[in-house]
Amino acid sequence: MRDFHSHRKILLQGLILGAALIFILKLFYLQVIDQKNRGLSKSNAIKELILYPARGLVFDRNGELIVYNQSLFDILVTPNEIDTIDIPKLCEILEIDSLFYASQMRKAKRESFYKPFVFVKQVSIESYTKFKERLYEFKGFSGQPRTIRTYPYHCGAHVLGDIGEVDSAQIKKHKEYNYLSGDYIGKNGIERSYEQYLRGERGVKAVLVDALSREKGSYADGQYDLEPVPGDNLITTLDIKLQALGERLLLNKVGSIVAIEPSTGEILALVSSPTFDPNILTGRQRGNNFSALNKDEFKPLYNRAIQGLYAPGSTFKTLSALTALKEGAIDTNFSYFCPGYYPIPGLRLRCSHRHPPAMNVQQGLTHSCNPYFWQTFRNTIDLPRFGNIQYAYETWYKDIVSFGLNQKLGIDLPNEKRGNIPSVEYFNKMYGNYWKSSTIISLGIGQGEILVTPLQLCNSYCAVANKGYYITPHLVKKINNKGQYESIKNLKKYTLKIPLGYYQPIIDGLENVVNNGTARASKVEGIALCGKTGTAQNPHGEEHSVFVGFAPKDNPRIAVACIVENAGTGGLYAAPISSLMIEQYLNDSIATKRKVIEKRMMDSKLIKYAHEHADSVKKQP
Amino acid sequence: MQIASKNSLDWTTIFMYFALAIIGWVTVYSAGYSADSSSMFDYHYTYGKQFVWIIISGFLAIVIINVDIKFITNLAYVYYAISVILLLIVYFIARDINGAKAWIDLGFFRLQPSEFSKFCTALALAKFLSELHISIENKRHLATAVAIIIVPFALILLQHDMGSALVFVSFVFLLHRLGLSNWVIIAGFYIMAVSVLTLIIQPIWMILTLVVIFSGILYSQKKKRNFNQILRFFSFLLIGTAIYTFSVDFFFNKLEKHQKDRINVMLGKGGNDWNVRQSRIALGSGQFLGKGFLNGTQSKGNFLPAKETDFIFCTIGEEWGFVGCFFVIAPLCGIPVASDLPGGKQKSKLSKVYGYGIVCIFMIHFIINIGMTVGVVPVMESLYQQLVTEVHPCCPLPSCSLSF
Repeated sequence: MRDFHSHRKILLQGLILGAALIFILKLFYLQVIDQKNRGLSKSNAIKELILYPARGLVFDRNGELIVYNQSLFDILVTPNEIDTIDIPKLCEILEIDSLFYASQMRKAKRESFYKPFVFVKQVSIESYTKFKERLYEFKGFSGQPRTIRTYPYHCGAHVLGDIGEVDSAQIKKHKEYNYLSGDYIGKNGIERSYEQYLRGERGVKAVLVDALSREKGSYADGQYDLEPVPGDNLITTLDIKLQALGERLLLNKVGSIVAIEPSTGEILALVSSPTFDPNILTGRQRGNNFSALNKDEFKPLYNRAIQGLYAPGSTFKTLSALTALKEGAIDTNFSYFCPGYYPIPGLRLRCSHRHPPAMNVQQGLTHSCNPYFWQTFRNTIDLPRFGNIQYAYETWYKDIVSFGLNQKLGIDLPNEKRGNIPSVEYFNKMYGNYWKSSTIISLGIGQGEILVTPLQLCNSYCAVANKGYYITPHLVKKINNKGQYESIKNLKKYTLKIPLGYYQPIIDGLENVVNNGTARASKVEGIALCGKTGTAQNPHGEEHSVFVGFAPKDNPRIAVACIVENAGTGGLYAAPISSLMIEQYLNDSIATKRKVIEKRMMDSKLIKYAHEHADSVKKQP
Repeated sequence: MQIASKNSLDWTTIFMYFALAIIGWVTVYSAGYSADSSSMFDYHYTYGKQFVWIIISGFLAIVIINVDIKFITNLAYVYYAISVILLLIVYFIARDINGAKAWIDLGFFRLQPSEFSKFCTALALAKFLSELHISIENKRHLATAVAIIIVPFALILLQHDMGSALVFVSFVFLLHRLGLSNWVIIAGFYIMAVSVLTLIIQPIWMILTLVVIFSGILYSQKKKRNFNQILRFFSFLLIGTAIYTFSVDFFFNKLEKHQKDRINVMLGKGGNDWNVRQSRIALGSGQFLGKGFLNGTQSKGNFLPAKETDFIFCTIGEEWGFVGCFFVIAPLCGIPVASDLPGGKQKSKLSKVYGYGIVCIFMIHFIINIGMTVGVVPVMESLYQQLVTEVHPCCPLPSCSLSF
């Protein structure tokens, strides 16, 4: 025990007593001598108010405002400040029912007794005005300005997307952006892909409040305040009028239209039908409307333009012909006499329709002759210089994929699909190593395993229109960065495997399709329109009507792809719809005599809901 | 068989402990009080849990007092090992859930292993250092003792729990009392002083001041026979200090902004710390006599993030004023000072060493917690369990129980 130095405990005791002495002195200073802090706290307290930033605005390519913010108010409650209030009156003003009132109040008391709790979200400015007039009757309640998005053109839901309150998973995922629950975040469309520009930064304001929570002014001359920074504005590539027209044309039909400016890759319109008014996903009804859309049997939330996968059908013949020309399998004067069927024993391959013989590649396209393109495809694959089928197909595959197929194009929207062009490995696995050009012959006319999105289809024709290249299709042109609009840079330019010299005859052929061929009903006076119809077989019912084209023939300004599901041949729906889109964009109006076509397209109804069907069955005697 | 008799208990300490436990419980209730608060015993809330803890620790104390003391002392290393394993578990689980958490969530309550490890380490140290053949002067024995401290200390540092880690540093005082050289303590204070001064004044001024002071000392010693030795010592000290000073300055600039702010606020160099300002306002508003029980407004909910834990002292200051603070601080220093009153009460060396270890733990909690509330110690995150409220149910009790 000798080594338990008794006197050394004085050190620790000294430390404790010394610290105690310092604490007591400091407390004496704070609590008895110093008047400064007392004055601050006597009847005042400091409250931190969150100042929400205005989200960036969105414009179309012509400067039309297509998304803006509308002021609304969240009603907050601080339960410990509540006095007796006239509950029915408050419910009436805020347009809520008493059950909602009771459940929210329970929640508020449980979760946030002293701090403001969001009691009712997104109250209209009219209700808020009434509320504010009688604020003195509703002690403990207050209003906080918020904004919701408004879409004055009521269209473009799939492109523009929507915003909603950030959830805890997203808060964790985007730690660097410092989200707080209650903040808005882009959930879809460009609201999501350009979230970091649109969101802006929250501000904070410290205010002095008295015991009744009335604001007494800013704390410490605003020294600790932080102004909110509004989000950056976007200029999109959309032509909102064209977008609106596209949506009206596809009304009551399932399908999609994509319009791109070929030389720049700027998307002029991106329509997916059925669609909905984006305004229904803002404000208090968002939740209900969203679940209704989610349950809809025709899936309006699904963006068919970038997610729908379709067989390109005859529209693929253009790419097929270009590949054959480049590989030297045919020349432009290659002719094939169509007897109405294609002679492979054991396969019953028929041409779809009767037409004059195809004396060259232009006529082959004009009449969309299947046997012509079967032969073209076989000539390509069976070229002696390739040696074996694997190498031959690999070469064809690389040519075709260079059109931007079988890959995500990198559009600035979430959830783009990549489509499908089958690989050599796929066929090796499927047929062993013994397969021939006749085994995979349906690829030659865009059927079989080939799947493309409407965006890819349109993009591939942009490449044709550009005679050998395309630029990543995109939706946003410029971003406002601190008052200055900056163009989106570093857009990738992709060069096709088919050189410049091969395109002119094909483009001539495409012009002929509209002038004399399968799309002749969609001719537009004064516009040199080039395009190709398609009738995509699908196993689930009637064929899809497809059309892709561009105009004018020289220096094309617009390329349009249109797919209307279960609508029959390409000339029936897709071609006239596309021609109207092109006419609207180039002439800024539809000619009077073509108004009939416009009306017929808008009025035709190809969607039949199950419940409507049941009704019509009942009505029949 | 040695069983404590009633008369051997340190009743003063027990009385102070229970007084503080009750004050703590009532204060927690007041801090979380609202118009529709349930009863003080509702164990769904912090204050109810606090009550449950007081009961449990009281019960534990009675058990410990009546159990054969060997049962506790012989298993000291086992308890220590368990506490280290728990720290390891919490380190790996905590990394999965959230980098900074230092507890295991058991649903009803959150187990914070660093709390257990504090007194388990004290017990293990006491057991080791009270062995007859062990002496601090022996380098190997000293190294073992330091290792016992370092293991949990390092694990807790890995959890970024600065407050709790400091507790382990305080065991230096225990080693000191057992014979560790005075120079270690002096060096410790010297480093602390240099660190604080460096942050207040520019490093270069700091060095210059030292040069002047040292020159003065050397001048006065110039006639000494061992002058050369002294000269060498001060030269090394100066160079060492210079390197240290610049590295402190360097690391301080690497700290997160809020950490810098907290330290700057404490040093009176401005900066912005909402918590410190708010706790001053709350304390200040209590004035001499306080606003009365349940009448505090500043310390409730709105302003301070950890009103029921880290900043609980604000509630005392606001509701009971300067007088209340005084009567809480008094027994708080009373317990550590009184429980180690000279000799008599604790007979075995083990219980003396353990008791002193507990005093070390207690001191750090006292200084950090109240210090940060009144604004003389920088705010430390993660000192979750509260001095006043918790009073470490397990700390003083074993110390009494060992008074046989």
